[in-house]
Amino acid sequence: MITFVSPTLDYSLLAPILIVLGGALIGVLIEAFAPRGARASSQLFITLATLALSLAALIRSRNGASTTAAMESVTFDGAGVLLQGSILIIAIISVFLLADQENFTALAAALPGSDEERTSLQQDLKVTEVYPLTLFAVAGMLLFPVATDLVTLFVALEMLSLPLYLLAGLSRRRRLMSQESALKYFLLGAFSSAFFLMGIAYLYGYSASVSFSGIHAAVIGGTGNDIYLLLGIAFLSVGLLFKVGAVPFHAWSPDVYQGAPTAVTAFMAAATKVAAFGAMLRIFYVSFAEVYWQWRPALIAIALITMVFGSLVAIAQRDVKRMLAYSSIAHAGFLLSGVIALNKSGLDASIFYLFAYGVATVGAFAIVTLVRDSAGEVTDLNRWSGLGKRSPWVATAFAGFLLAFAGIPLTSGFIGKFSIFSAAYESGSTAILITGVLSSAIAAFFYIRVIVLMFFKDPVEDGTSVVIPSVYTQITIAISAVVTFALGIYPTPLINLIQSTAQFLR
Amino acid sequence: MVTNNGLVYLIALPLFGALSLLLLGRRADKWGHLLATTLSAGSFAVGLLQLSEMLARTPEARPVTQKLFTWISVGSFNVDASLLLDQLSICFVLLITGVGTLIHIYSISYMSHDPDRRRFFAYLNLFIAAMLLLVLGDSYLNLYVGWEGVGLASYLLIGFWNQKPAYATASKKAFIMNRIGDMGLSFAIMIAFASLGTVSFSGVKEQAHQASEATMTAIGIMLLVAAVGKSAQFPLQAWLGDAMAGPTPVSALIHAATMVTAGVYLIVRSNFVFDAAPNAQLLVVIVGAITLMFGALVGTAKDDIKKALAASTMSQIGYMILASGLGPAGYAFAIMHLLTHGFFKAGMFLGAGSVMHGMNDEVNMRRYGGLRKFMPITFITFGLGYLAIIGVPPFAGFYSKDMIIETALNAGGAKGIILGSVALLGAAITAFYMTRVMILTFTSSKRWDDTQHPHESPILMWLPMAILAIGSVISGFLLYRGEALKHWLEPLFEEHGEHTELLPPIVVSGLALFMVVIGVALAVIKYQLSDVEVVAPENVSVFTRIARRDLLQDDINEALFMRPGQLITSALVKIDQSVVDGAVHGIGKMALGSGSVLRKSQTGFVRSYAVLILIGAGVLIAAIWVVTK
Repeated sequence: MITFVSPTLDYSLLAPILIVLGGALIGVLIEAFAPRGARASSQLFITLATLALSLAALIRSRNGASTTAAMESVTFDGAGVLLQGSILIIAIISVFLLADQENFTALAAALPGSDEERTSLQQDLKVTEVYPLTLFAVAGMLLFPVATDLVTLFVALEMLSLPLYLLAGLSRRRRLMSQESALKYFLLGAFSSAFFLMGIAYLYGYSASVSFSGIHAAVIGGTGNDIYLLLGIAFLSVGLLFKVGAVPFHAWSPDVYQGAPTAVTAFMAAATKVAAFGAMLRIFYVSFAEVYWQWRPALIAIALITMVFGSLVAIAQRDVKRMLAYSSIAHAGFLLSGVIALNKSGLDASIFYLFAYGVATVGAFAIVTLVRDSAGEVTDLNRWSGLGKRSPWVATAFAGFLLAFAGIPLTSGFIGKFSIFSAAYESGSTAILITGVLSSAIAAFFYIRVIVLMFFKDPVEDGTSVVIPSVYTQITIAISAVVTFALGIYPTPLINLIQSTAQFLR
Repeated sequence: MVTNNGLVYLIALPLFGALSLLLLGRRADKWGHLLATTLSAGSFAVGLLQLSEMLARTPEARPVTQKLFTWISVGSFNVDASLLLDQLSICFVLLITGVGTLIHIYSISYMSHDPDRRRFFAYLNLFIAAMLLLVLGDSYLNLYVGWEGVGLASYLLIGFWNQKPAYATASKKAFIMNRIGDMGLSFAIMIAFASLGTVSFSGVKEQAHQASEATMTAIGIMLLVAAVGKSAQFPLQAWLGDAMAGPTPVSALIHAATMVTAGVYLIVRSNFVFDAAPNAQLLVVIVGAITLMFGALVGTAKDDIKKALAASTMSQIGYMILASGLGPAGYAFAIMHLLTHGFFKAGMFLGAGSVMHGMNDEVNMRRYGGLRKFMPITFITFGLGYLAIIGVPPFAGFYSKDMIIETALNAGGAKGIILGSVALLGAAITAFYMTRVMILTFTSSKRWDDTQHPHESPILMWLPMAILAIGSVISGFLLYRGEALKHWLEPLFEEHGEHTELLPPIVVSGLALFMVVIGVALAVIKYQLSDVEVVAPENVSVFTRIARRDLLQDDINEALFMRPGQLITSALVKIDQSVVDGAVHGIGKMALGSGSVLRKSQTGFVRSYAVLILIGAGVLIAAIWVVTK
């Protein structure tokens, strides 16, 4: 006879997630009841307050000993807190960018090109739904890297994905493309979720448990059904690798990055990576560490292919958003070396890299939103030529972010690349080190090509101009730039914090 | 090692100047140039103070360090942001801040009509700070930061007049060629880290003997690539001539005295690497020898006074690189020539700027002539620099160049004879093209029309020229006397064995002087004693034509690098369009076996992506399965 154990929840530990969910619900209520004119400002206020409150709750709980909450389905440990903190900070920076409503369609339900759309534009409607949607996604992202059983992990995955599918379709201009990308993202996301679920099923079949610790115990003890473990790891990896955009599960990302409203792309590219890599690090470090010889060669191969493919194909891009998408694919490869390293320095380096890369990414996309002509954002790289002469500050900031992606010293990217490659090297993956350095060199080539284009070419006279950034966008760019350079010049405090706290509770 | 907390001020003063001038903007227009000049002079004063303290200590205790903060601390790997001032870096510190301050003073007057003078001075200060960081860093990583910093400052300065397209193109060329060199430096750092586990000078020095020769050769070659890019050596020399588009004080500071010599600094600083890697060292010598001839030959055909001087710089740095590739015997002489060259070449560039100033920015020497009467001070200061560069005793260049020629001859065997002959021949060609510059500009008959009103430059311009001229007269003797510089630098380098002496020093000096006389005589016959045409003659030998086109360096670059580069790029675009996309489609068709059915579906690419994911999953499973079995 099964006895029913009433579930216990440790609310204070769950507070950061619960606050965000609460804020999202308030946002929904505002959408339903507040007058139209008051929505935008109150939504922005609620969203920022929610995120700040959540961050405060997180900081308050950071010193507590590592522990599990909610019946061992969620774990709070040093690494989890750092990852959640990164997600929250990136979300706060991105929200300022979302606040620039110029990026979003006036009425998402109106058919592109219809009368309804024209009316909505004339009435100056705003889709303030983006705020609660973002908060829901953030809640999912916060849960994803701390989930310690597979069912919670899956729920978190869907929780972060579904709002993103919607957000991707809300672009103000080129709406068909935006909606197409949203649909693509959704279909492929659903497809990969199916793999993920299959993986969960196989792992349950292998270990008769869905918790990470249960799987870990089964891996150590051995159950004889090794084929289930193998299939479980492979299918679960497909789901996770899809989210981080590793080759060959990357195909969605250039299309979605290009089609989605740029502010959403910024948030998605930065925060999703942190959450997905956080979960990936946890499951591989906690549950599968003992059978590393099974999965590591395959993961190394994927990492190598991802780095090289991302860097090579990025060279041929003519569209700045697609270029950043391929660059993010290459970065996924670099980040995989942290998973492969499977040691403490790999974990530390990955967390640093995720934060540094996330912040720089938001900054880079924020700049993309500024370069416009009468028809909206100009993403054709050729039309960016001579930008440095027209708007030296904007071009300099963009150059700074590109240099950070390229890993040039005095930017956060250098420290990140340096530490993640040395961690991989420590663990014996010389191939990762060599390929990583070579593809960084290739990648540096196309970043620098853009810098040359901006500073040393003549401007084209075709109405491309840099709009004066709104205060919100200015905040995003300023914070991102300051963090990017501060972490390059004086990273020691953050590195020390990560080194002393990043630990997975097993 | 002794800690000295004053080192940071060397860099902090000019850095503060750069930042405040940039941030204050137009508000600082009135006094910005004065602040920048004062701060540069302040940095020079700090340098002198450090020198006097250093002189008071015993040779072994002379180097001092200062740790600024822990920069990177990853696992067992630590890099501090630390400064190191030793006998080698103090030479550079004084050269950079000393010549730098003089050029600041010169620029006050030279740039006085430019509305953006404040910005120009901000960049000058930024350059000084970055260059000081380059020579003061105590590890390759810190050096790299300064290395990139001087690059940045120099693009800003070359492209200062970037409203003119040709100038913007020039700074782009400098940018790209320097990237290749920078790549070399970053590879050297990575190899050092991967194989030696350290990137500090002292760490690499300790490990240099234990590490395999292959490793040291790899590091050495990569360092050479870096030096070649920064110092405009063969085959990455093409950017220097075009960089002359920048304001003339910039050419004097960056493209004569300081930045372009960073490559020599890098090689001498890495003496322990090259001493442990004979093959890399040989390569250094070859590069130096080729460039010294290359630059000299190009110099004979240039009509643009600044480009002629640029070619000469290339050639003189070739001498330095050659010397630094000769091992412990040559390091001190490389630095000695670097210092004397800093004086006379900067002085001549400033002289060229003074001539342009008086001639409405005309740079074509064929439209000069007889300027001696109109610009006596410029003539004298330029003339002293000229005597120094061609190596007439007792001027500075005589001592430094003579020592390099001697060391080259004594390198032993066929190598010594070849290198010595190249160096001697180079001296003759140097004498020829510098005499040509001198005659065309100052002593031949006047070839300018009456719209020109040549006049002497104001005191703020000629005073720095005069001080540099004094340096070009006495610096060689001072450094040479009692082997002063050699003994000063000795503690830094490995002891070297007895060297053979092919010819007695006096004979070498005699030979060198003989070559100089031939060069001067040829130039006098060709240009002083016969008329010079205002338009460059077209019916000249094929050699002259090739030399005028920089020995075809642009054509070669285009054929070797640009065209293939463009081909690769366009091929990649094709690959992206046909192969990558095509592969996706192809795999999709193969997997499902019914391409026509697929084509009718409306989802566009999603199906292909999904198939890709499916195949990826299959391969992943297969891979894990294969490994597990």
